Amino acid sequence: MTAAPAPPPLLRLEGISKSFGGAPVLSGVAFEVRTGEVHALVGENGAGKSTLMNIVSGVLQPDAGRMEWAGVPVAPHNPRAAQDLGISFVHQELALVPQLSIAENVFLGRHPSRRIGLPLVKWGELRERAKALLAELGHDVDPRTLVEQLSIGEQQLVEIARALACVSRLIVMDEPTAPLSERETERLFEVIGRLRSRGVSIVYITHRLKEVYSLADRVTVLRDGLRIVTAPVSEMPHDLLVRHMVGRELSEEAAGPHDSARPEVMLRVDGLARGRDFRDIGFAVRRGEIVALAGLVGAGRSEVLESLFGVSPAGGGRIHLAGREVKIRTPADAIRAGMALVPDDRKAKGLMLGASVRTNMVLASERRFVIRCRNEAAAAARMIGELRVRTRGAERPAGELSGGNQQKVVLAKWLLADARVFLLDEPTRGVDVGAKSEIYALIRALARRGAAILFASSELDEVLRLADRILVMHRGRIAGELTRAEATEEGIMRLATGGSE
Amino acid sequence: MSLRRLGPLLGLAILCLALSLSSEHFLTVDNLLNVFRQSAVNALLGLGQLAVIITAGIDLSVGSILGFCCVLVALMLKAGTPPWLAIPAALAAGTALGMVNGLLLTRLRLPHPFIPTLGMMNVARGLALVMSGGFAISELPGPFRFWGAGAIAYVPVPILVVVLFCVLFHLFLTRTTPGRDIYAIGGNKQAALLSGVPVNQRLDMVYGMSGFMSAVAAIVLAGRMNSGFPLAGMGAELDSIAAVIIGGASFFGGVGGVGGTLVGALIIGVLRNGLNLLDVSAYWQTVVIGAVIVIAVWVDVLRQRAAARGGR
Repeated sequence: MTAAPAPPPLLRLEGISKSFGGAPVLSGVAFEVRTGEVHALVGENGAGKSTLMNIVSGVLQPDAGRMEWAGVPVAPHNPRAAQDLGISFVHQELALVPQLSIAENVFLGRHPSRRIGLPLVKWGELRERAKALLAELGHDVDPRTLVEQLSIGEQQLVEIARALACVSRLIVMDEPTAPLSERETERLFEVIGRLRSRGVSIVYITHRLKEVYSLADRVTVLRDGLRIVTAPVSEMPHDLLVRHMVGRELSEEAAGPHDSARPEVMLRVDGLARGRDFRDIGFAVRRGEIVALAGLVGAGRSEVLESLFGVSPAGGGRIHLAGREVKIRTPADAIRAGMALVPDDRKAKGLMLGASVRTNMVLASERRFVIRCRNEAAAAARMIGELRVRTRGAERPAGELSGGNQQKVVLAKWLLADARVFLLDEPTRGVDVGAKSEIYALIRALARRGAAILFASSELDEVLRLADRILVMHRGRIAGELTRAEATEEGIMRLATGGSE
Repeated sequence: MSLRRLGPLLGLAILCLALSLSSEHFLTVDNLLNVFRQSAVNALLGLGQLAVIITAGIDLSVGSILGFCCVLVALMLKAGTPPWLAIPAALAAGTALGMVNGLLLTRLRLPHPFIPTLGMMNVARGLALVMSGGFAISELPGPFRFWGAGAIAYVPVPILVVVLFCVLFHLFLTRTTPGRDIYAIGGNKQAALLSGVPVNQRLDMVYGMSGFMSAVAAIVLAGRMNSGFPLAGMGAELDSIAAVIIGGASFFGGVGGVGGTLVGALIIGVLRNGLNLLDVSAYWQTVVIGAVIVIAVWVDVLRQRAAARGGR
């Protein structure tokens, strides 16, 4: 792995254009990556980041433009060709085979085989090399372990090891920290640092601007298929970066303090427990209150939300809604009781991507036997207007929308169902900066209208920005409670990691 | 109307055009009525299969339930049961067997509908053979045969039955919330569950409906053949699946409609009829139909890929 000759950049793109079905997604984009740099690629959803990187990694071919690799014109026509050049893509949805071992996944499609011409796998060598690669990444693990037994963070390391096995000089990472816990994120950053010091270049796609500043050397902003700017991170203050991304000033509304004339308790939970997942969970959420459930990944936050909603009911404990005890065994029970769940994984649990925006919006509220098209269309139109959902129409498939707008569709579903208690699991995961503040505003508006809101989030600044009160979970228990006034990042982390208040 | 829905219809039109040019017998009223009549059983099975496939499931037992119901209704009629009682009894039996499929799937949590319906395929066929001793039960009463062989104003009754159920299924799938739930389950089962859709009840219902349609097809078939034959409907499950898939439904669920399935059943019927008219041997017919299934789905794949390029 020698460094590229100094003068030409490792990768240079010029005038790259691409359109889908007549709609331009990239127009004349220039982009350049130097050897051994971490280059952040940011922009709202739909800005063209993924398309650009799909072109670099051979998944898509540009309609126009040139690509140079270490000064030589290239045009990878499939992912394999790009890999052979030394370009790897660690996708957001990890492309691993869960039933195979780490070693097999690292060398998937590239098993070192014996020379006698038979495709026999040299298992010993396979394992050793996989172990060595993972050790380089600072992870010591038996390469025979099946991938399905690994955490998401570990799986990501396997993908990175795979990229190294292909002798990659450029690794594209698409929002790698989205599914990671804080600790896994730190480890990933270490790995990235190590790769950089070895002369590997990284293109780092992210929505988390904080990561841009802690990680990247340079940053490129894409907006609506245009390259807006490329600059060293040190010359790009946060506000300016955001402005480049959204193309307008963000009206960052101050989180209005809620009056303390204690309104009624909407949701009261006592002694909720389920096996090893969580126990002794007790709290109350008042009308108009926004309560956060903070904690590390695996602390049991999602499990609490899902059991409140009847997805996998709790073994013990009592739930009161507006003063009345309710028994919740299925999501249908929860919905009847006036609860709503916005799940963490929109694509897997929140939406029918192939079905229309209208169908998705009315699914929970329209339960009468005969469908009344006109009512539904009116309701969907009202929600699209109220929540400012950017869609080409209520009958378009929900899968067409950007992450933030999909999230609004899920919220609309529950608004139409007249939910009074909202359980939100990672409400802004995979949502771009502009839509994020819109969703925050929406959540606050819900609270002002009298909803009780309980949300789980791994992002501390989200917790601090949104919550009136913060419950911190640690290993299945509520480790402590903080008010907005007393909460700090350090305070939350101390509780989340098992320290005392 | 979208390409997805027009595609199969276009295929059928081209097929009919080609056949009317190559055989003078094709485009006659008698022959066309014949095609419709022969497609009726497959169309009826296809409607039940359609509902199942929209939920991303599969029902391998429809042919066997059809055979079982043929024998059951014939035995009852032979024993002197009046048709007005024997027919509802057969419909109830078919529905019950279908419900068993659904319950095995949702309550025993068998991993995939392939398993319970494969089991039922064998069980129902075996029961049909046991009950009949392996022999056809022939000479059924005239009022019963009306449903398979009768006609109202020259229109064969099976065609009217198909039209009736097509209308009912279309209204059910597009105009009712249980119908929409079926699409939601196929589109994203987890999201449907989290939106309060009673997923298990709907699945039980869908397999029950498929069993019911098998019984309807059994009554039409037994009436037409004037007998209850224990091997009736051998392989019919695959024809019904073919009709649904040729008609544009997706094996992954969430997509499909009555119109497409009807056209799919007609494509298979017209193809069989046309190959007969052209004196192609039955052996070669099998080859051609196999190829058509693959080509139809391939065209669909191409179309979807084009659509994906059209979108983002």
